Amino acid sequence: MISAPDLCLNLSLERPGFRLDVDLKLPGQGVTVIFGPSGSGKTTLLRCLAGLERARGQVLVGGQTWQDSAKQTWVPTWSRDLGYVFQEASLFEHMDVQANLRFGLERVKKTGAKLALDAAVTLLGIDHLLGRSTHSLSGGERQRVAIARALATQPDILLLDEPLASLDIARRLEILPWLERMHRELRIPMLYVTHTMDELTRLADHVVLMDGGKVSVQGSIDQVLSDPVFAASVGGEAGSVLHGTIQRHDETFHLTCIDIHGSHLWVRHQPLDPGSPVRLRIHANDVSLTTMEPQHTSIQNILPGDIISIHPDSHPASCLVRLRHHDQIMIARITRKSVENLSLDVGKSVWMQVKSVALAKS
Amino acid sequence: MNAPISAEAWQAIGLTLQLATLTTVVLLLVATPLAWWLSQTESKWRSPIGAMVTLPLVLPPTVLGFYLLVLMGPQGWLGKLTEMLGVGLLSFSFTGLLIGSIIFSLPFAVQPIQYAFEAIGKRPLEVAATLRARPMDTFFTVALPQAKAGLLTATVLTFAHTVGEFGVVLMIGGNIPGKTQVVSTQIYGYVEAMEYTQAHWLAGGMVVFSFAVLIALSFLKKRTDRVLG
Repeated sequence: MISAPDLCLNLSLERPGFRLDVDLKLPGQGVTVIFGPSGSGKTTLLRCLAGLERARGQVLVGGQTWQDSAKQTWVPTWSRDLGYVFQEASLFEHMDVQANLRFGLERVKKTGAKLALDAAVTLLGIDHLLGRSTHSLSGGERQRVAIARALATQPDILLLDEPLASLDIARRLEILPWLERMHRELRIPMLYVTHTMDELTRLADHVVLMDGGKVSVQGSIDQVLSDPVFAASVGGEAGSVLHGTIQRHDETFHLTCIDIHGSHLWVRHQPLDPGSPVRLRIHANDVSLTTMEPQHTSIQNILPGDIISIHPDSHPASCLVRLRHHDQIMIARITRKSVENLSLDVGKSVWMQVKSVALAKS
Repeated sequence: MNAPISAEAWQAIGLTLQLATLTTVVLLLVATPLAWWLSQTESKWRSPIGAMVTLPLVLPPTVLGFYLLVLMGPQGWLGKLTEMLGVGLLSFSFTGLLIGSIIFSLPFAVQPIQYAFEAIGKRPLEVAATLRARPMDTFFTVALPQAKAGLLTATVLTFAHTVGEFGVVLMIGGNIPGKTQVVSTQIYGYVEAMEYTQAHWLAGGMVVFSFAVLIALSFLKKRTDRVLG
C-alpha cells in the first residue's frame, strides 16, 4: 500500500497584535489535533489552510499545491478539495436538512456522490433528520448534519474548528462517539482544532501544540502528552496515554483488569471483551513515586518504571518526571522537595503509584 | 354632479402606478448589486459611494429635480447626448420622470437590501465557499435567499415612495396631463383650481393606500422573520 501523502504547511500571516508563523509536516492520515489556548492561532491556521485567510507561504495537500507565494499560486477556497466544519453548525437556514446535505455534493461533481452522501448520513446517524427543517434540530443534530454535509463532498482532508465548543456538556458527550466512529472508519486525514484535553485524548493520533502563533510541540499523541513543555502548558490536565489490552473482568468488585506489558492496572468495569485494545489516560497529578515497592496501600495500580528526565513545571514548587515503562512513556507531577528527599535522578528505577486511571478510548 | 374620480384623475392614477412599478423593477436590478458591493467591499470608495446613495434622502426633492432638469435640458450634457442619439429631450417626458424617480428612491431600495446582506455576516458565505460554491453561485443561492426580507422591504418602500413623490416629479415632469401628471401633482392642480372635492377623493385615496402599504409591510416582515427565524 502506498503511504498517504503528507500535508505540508508553511504559513505566515501578520495581523494587528498577532503573528502566525508555522512550518509543519503532518501525516496524511488519522486525526491531527491542533491544541492550544485561545488566541494561540489554531483557528487562524485552519482558516489559512482552507484559503479563508490569505497567508503567505506554501500549502501542499495530498500532492497538490493549494498555494505557493514563491510561485504566485493561489487556489481559492471553492477549488480546494476540503471539508470544513465550523465552530457553530452554520447550516443554511433557508434550506432544509436534505438541501443542506446536497449543497456541496452537487457542486463537486465526483462519481459516487449518492453513495458518499448515504455513507455520511449513516456514519453520523442522521437518517431520521433528512426531511426536517434546520430550525427544528438541536445543537448536536445541527453539528452532525454540518459534518455529514462536509463529508458528502468526499474531500481530501477534513478540517474541524472546535466543532463541540458551542455545545453544552450533554451535547458534547452525544457527538463525541460519532467523532470517534469517524476516526475509526474514515481514511482521509482530519485536522481537529480544540482546547479541551478530553477531545484531544479521545481523538488524536498526532498533536500540534500552538502558542502565540507558533508551534511549540508536535508529534504523536504519546510523545506529546509526555512532553514536559506540553505537560507544563496544560497544568492540571497534564498526563500520559498508555496502550494496553483488556485481560479479564472481576465480577465481584466490578473491576476490569488491563494488561500493560505484564503489569496489571485495574479500572472500573468496562463492557469490552478480553483482548480488546484500549487507551488509558493517566493524569500526571495522579501518579506518585516511591523508591521501594509499596505494600499495605489502598492504591491498586502500581507500575515499575525508570526515570528518563526531570523537568521544571509551570510552578516552581513542582516538577515533571518522565518515566519509561517498557516502551511507553509516563509523566508524573511531584514536588521538588520529594525529588530531593528521595534523591530521584535520571536512570533511577522507581515504582509509580497510580491513583486513578481513565479509559480514554476503546 | 361630477363622478368622484374624473377621467383625468384615473389617468393620473394609471400613470402613477406605471411609474412606481417601473421604478421599483429598475431599482431592484440596480440596487441589489450596489447593496451587495457596499456590504462586502473594503474599498476606500465605500464611504463616498455610500454617501452618494444616501444623498437623495436628505436633499430637498426640488434641488434634485432642479439639477436633473438642467442636466436633461437642451444645455445639459445628458440632454445634448439624448438629442444627438435622436431620442429628443428627456425633460417633461415620462422617461425623464422615471430617471428622476429612480435616483430619488435609490436609498429606499439600497439601504434595506444592504442591511439584509450585512446581517447575513461572513459565515454563510465562507461555508458556501468550503462547499465549492463560487462567489456568483454563493450570491444567488445563499445571499439572495437569506436577504429575502430586505428585498421585500425595499420593494414595498420603493413603490410607496415613488407613488408619494412630488417635488422631483413637478420639476422634471411639469404636470402634463396624460404624460407626466401623477396623483400627487394632480392633487396640487385640483387645489390650485379650487376643486376641493376632487382633491379630497385623491388625497383620501393616498392616505388609505399608504396605510395599507405600511400594514402589508409589517405583515410581510413578521412572516419572513418567522420563516428566516
